[in-house]
Amino acid sequence: MSLFKERQYVRIRVDREADDSLWMKCKACGELVFKRRVRENNNICPNCGEYFFLTAGERIESLVDPGSFEDLTAPIVTDDPLGFVDSQPYSDRLREAQEKTSLLDAVVIGRAAIDGVPVILGAMDFRFIGGSMGSVMGEQLCRAMETAIAEHRAFVLVSSSGGARIQEGMFSLLQMAKTVTVRRHLAEAGLPFLSVMAYPTSGGVQASIASLGDILIAEKGALIGFAGRRVIQQTISEELPQHFQTESFALERGQIDRVARREDLRDELALALGYFVEAR
Amino acid sequence: MSDERTLDLLEAKIEELRQLNSADGIDLSKEIARLEEKLDHLRQKLYANLSDWERVKLARHPKRPYALDYLQSAFEGFYELRGDRVVGDDRALLAGLARLGGRTVVVLAQQKGRTTEENKERYFGMPRPQGFRKARRAIQLADRFGFPLVSLIDTPGAYPGLEAEEHNVGATIAESLLAMAEARVPTLAVVIGEGGSGGALAIGLADCVLMLENAIFSVITPEGAASILWKDKDKAKEAASALQMTADRLLALGLIDGIIPEPLGGAHRDAAKTSAALQSELVRRLAELEVIPAEDRRRRRDARYRAIGRFRPAPMRDPEAPAAPEGAVRD
Repeated sequence: MSLFKERQYVRIRVDREADDSLWMKCKACGELVFKRRVRENNNICPNCGEYFFLTAGERIESLVDPGSFEDLTAPIVTDDPLGFVDSQPYSDRLREAQEKTSLLDAVVIGRAAIDGVPVILGAMDFRFIGGSMGSVMGEQLCRAMETAIAEHRAFVLVSSSGGARIQEGMFSLLQMAKTVTVRRHLAEAGLPFLSVMAYPTSGGVQASIASLGDILIAEKGALIGFAGRRVIQQTISEELPQHFQTESFALERGQIDRVARREDLRDELALALGYFVEAR
Repeated sequence: MSDERTLDLLEAKIEELRQLNSADGIDLSKEIARLEEKLDHLRQKLYANLSDWERVKLARHPKRPYALDYLQSAFEGFYELRGDRVVGDDRALLAGLARLGGRTVVVLAQQKGRTTEENKERYFGMPRPQGFRKARRAIQLADRFGFPLVSLIDTPGAYPGLEAEEHNVGATIAESLLAMAEARVPTLAVVIGEGGSGGALAIGLADCVLMLENAIFSVITPEGAASILWKDKDKAKEAASALQMTADRLLALGLIDGIIPEPLGGAHRDAAKTSAALQSELVRRLAELEVIPAEDRRRRRDARYRAIGRFRPAPMRDPEAPAAPEGAVRD
């Protein structure tokens, strides 16, 4: 499928060897499964139903009308404003992530149609430093919403993020305020925002843009929450329920509107979008 | 801070001599002056070049003035409004009406406890969903009546707990942020101690963001960053520097609007003086904001946040470079 024919990613050096192994072992059931089957099955194990991560590209492909996606991701990279070095320089981590994913940062945005409904779509990529939100993601999300406003389209965001990107310090924390500000503009323009929460939607992303959708849809297998399980266990000695921060936990507690299986997510979005199209 | 002990002892000694001086008619003024000079020197030496980690400790100093101290000194007639109207009242995030420079404002404030007992009640200043919902209610109240909003930020962060997650703490932070972004009234935020992550920012999206000189504001605690990125809890000092969380760094990075000076040695060394500086700066900044028409003010705030972020154009693509294999399954 030539979904990304028009993509304009500035390709950082990519020298990953072509992946020519045919089989993979499912981490959940241990079964050897045919890779192409897995791929054709939305990255779901054909044997046990375990979900594997979707890259941003795979996610988009699984949701949009074939050939409708037009990449609008701005060709920008973070400036590493703090010159951050921990056990490793941030600049090295970035380069590794860029090489691994062939993305410039952890989110891809673009124009697309979902069952014929024009949308601006954003999808985060967890492989890129945990899908964390720094200067670039914040900027891309704002541009996405502004394009939605300019072109009178709905905004659909699929989150998969551990939260704010620590390595950009306060610049990252303030992306929460930045995206919330532009989200208000989207609301003022009367355009719907469908927020899809995938595994994981947490930290500063959950505590800002992802929770502010007009409709919140969790993908089955999602993790939804603010603080991590370990942090909570360190703070309190309470036993956490088995399904803590899962989509069913969130649904039972009134935190989300709907849950959809990965294979149904496209239809779910099409269904929801349909009501807004009629209303317009 | 053992040097602090030395300062404390010297101060106590001076006070003792003063009392003797007035009580017994013995002239000790020379001795007092000599000790005061020594005290000043020691202060200068200790506090002129604070390391980032020392500032973190000052920001968390147990004697540091907390929000209620300022509410009693820099504001008048704090009239507390309690409860989120849903499940309870958070004692870590306070809201209420008050007077600042003679006019009505709405105050949001995170409050730490002084004693173990008080900290139990106030969750060490870590707000829970009921606090953020109350904040939203207070922001909307301010907006409805045109009262300026003043946030006093001092929290390690939102409280991490099962109940907080059950009540969707993340969404309550997002809603509080949105309410602040919607507000048409002048909004001022001051980090008076610890500005810990989303729990702090929830009441910190404002027209004007200030910090006390020894306050910190960070995406994560230095300890948290040390354990996640360095995988070593003992690297908190390094993390504190790398994160650039001090007031002077954040001003240099253009992320805050101003710094309110503290007495040498920290706000707790002279709480009255700190409070007076806070009050006059708030009054001044508020006057500046109030002359701007409401819609312009909000547009300016929007533009301020819209512009935050540092990025540059990506290096241009080499058209001859081989394309990456598309969407291969991750192992």
